Amino acid sequence: MFRNQYDTDVTTWSPAGRLHQVEYAMEAVKQGSAAIGLRSKTYVVLATVNKASSELSAHQKKLFKIDNHIGIAMAGLTADGRVLSRYMRSECINHHFVFESPLPVGRLVVQVADKAQVCTQRSWKRPYGVGLLVAGLDEAGPHLYYNCPSGNYAEYHAFAIGSRSQAAKTYLERKFETFMECTKEELIRHALFAVKESLQEEELSSGNCGVAVVGIDEPFVVLDPKTLQAYIEALDSGKDEMQTIEETGADDRQSSQVPQEGTGSRGISVGASEDTPTDMET
Amino acid sequence: MSMVFAPCLTETTAPTTHAQPAWSPYDNNGGTCVAIAGEDYCVIAADTRMSTGFSILIRNYSKIHQITEKSVLASSGFQADIRALQKNLDARHQIYQHQHNKQMSCPAMAQLLSNTLYYKRFFPYYAFNVLGGLDNEGRGCVYSYDAVGSYERSGYSSQGTGMQLIMPVLDNQLKSASPLVLPLQKSTTPLSEFEAVDLVKDTFASAAERDIYTGDAVEIVIINREGVRRELMDLKRD
Repeated sequence: MFRNQYDTDVTTWSPAGRLHQVEYAMEAVKQGSAAIGLRSKTYVVLATVNKASSELSAHQKKLFKIDNHIGIAMAGLTADGRVLSRYMRSECINHHFVFESPLPVGRLVVQVADKAQVCTQRSWKRPYGVGLLVAGLDEAGPHLYYNCPSGNYAEYHAFAIGSRSQAAKTYLERKFETFMECTKEELIRHALFAVKESLQEEELSSGNCGVAVVGIDEPFVVLDPKTLQAYIEALDSGKDEMQTIEETGADDRQSSQVPQEGTGSRGISVGASEDTPTDMET
Repeated sequence: MSMVFAPCLTETTAPTTHAQPAWSPYDNNGGTCVAIAGEDYCVIAADTRMSTGFSILIRNYSKIHQITEKSVLASSGFQADIRALQKNLDARHQIYQHQHNKQMSCPAMAQLLSNTLYYKRFFPYYAFNVLGGLDNEGRGCVYSYDAVGSYERSGYSSQGTGMQLIMPVLDNQLKSASPLVLPLQKSTTPLSEFEAVDLVKDTFASAAERDIYTGDAVEIVIINREGVRRELMDLKRD
């Protein structure tokens, strides 16, 4: 990405019809450490790569509970993400106060997207520098959305954002067709494998990754390090160990033959090239 | 010295009567609430009758609301205001949980309730509250409030239309020393959980005899180390 003479303000179009400042904001997301999301018919799992800035410090929190039925993983400027999560929590609480029912995920995602769009059309603001993977449940079932700094959003079967996310995306693309029928344990396994791809050289441990799960009848929860470590250890030893980890998880497997959901898009972004503004123009 | 501007010397000021308003934003839905704190439990009870004027609206309406794992709020008064107050506290508790990653303790909730009530000092929640639960040490605690948030921790309390029938009985059975007497006595009662529940049932049965707004059934909630348990006992329906 090279410097242009049309990239000083977010309110300036380039002759090619691009808003460079917004694209630079999306670049910030690509620089952040990876976040992955995937879903089945009954669960959505979020996983993050947690990178501590130095050995002395704790790592940044990237998984946030928004409400009992919604949670997010972020990549990019986590400070911006914290502010957005505070907004999202407030919206969920207000909706629940007025309607005494949980805010549908799709609605919340649109509100966040509209909020992000405002920052792309004001000369005194800057776009949010964070990408959000929003995992949530509503009456229609589990959903995974991606909110972009540009103000765009889309629903996904599985997605990965952040640095070295292409490796995770490749893994997800290979496996995503099996996700719908996965049990909770299998889904977490896939998430951890995807995180492993993003970590590449480093060894996976509960110190450098985080996992969160939300499911039908299971409120959003970020797994504590002990449970997480158990899942990580089970990755190597194979499937059998998995059944004993979660007492409740074992009976998730659905034996009924339900046809695959007919959603319009395949949902997996095929490694968006950094020069074309695909995110903005769809 | 009161700040009274002296009236004009040549005239006497006639006392002006405030015209009776044609409409009141408040209504009293009646009912009684009681709470008793024990060494390691707390019993919170309220009748389930909701009335207006001399009529009964609902015979099985719950006045009890569990706000946190360890705090239960029982309120009598204007139920619309009470419902709004409960929702307000729930929302505030959700925010607290997001920020602190844990539930509010009962003493913290007690303070929050007081502040919430005083916030509407000039258009109050018509709610007479009793908050019961376990404090940070696991001991029972009972807090009782007036409509604008003045509160005090005690070993037992009652509020509502049957309060004046019930309170003397509780005093007689559970008398704890005045909080003004030093050294400060523990504000918990020496009753066992079973005895406390029995006492609550007796007091409600007695109140239902004479208070027309108390009756139908009494809902009793018991919080202890194991969790929260509910009992329902029928009362006279007249």
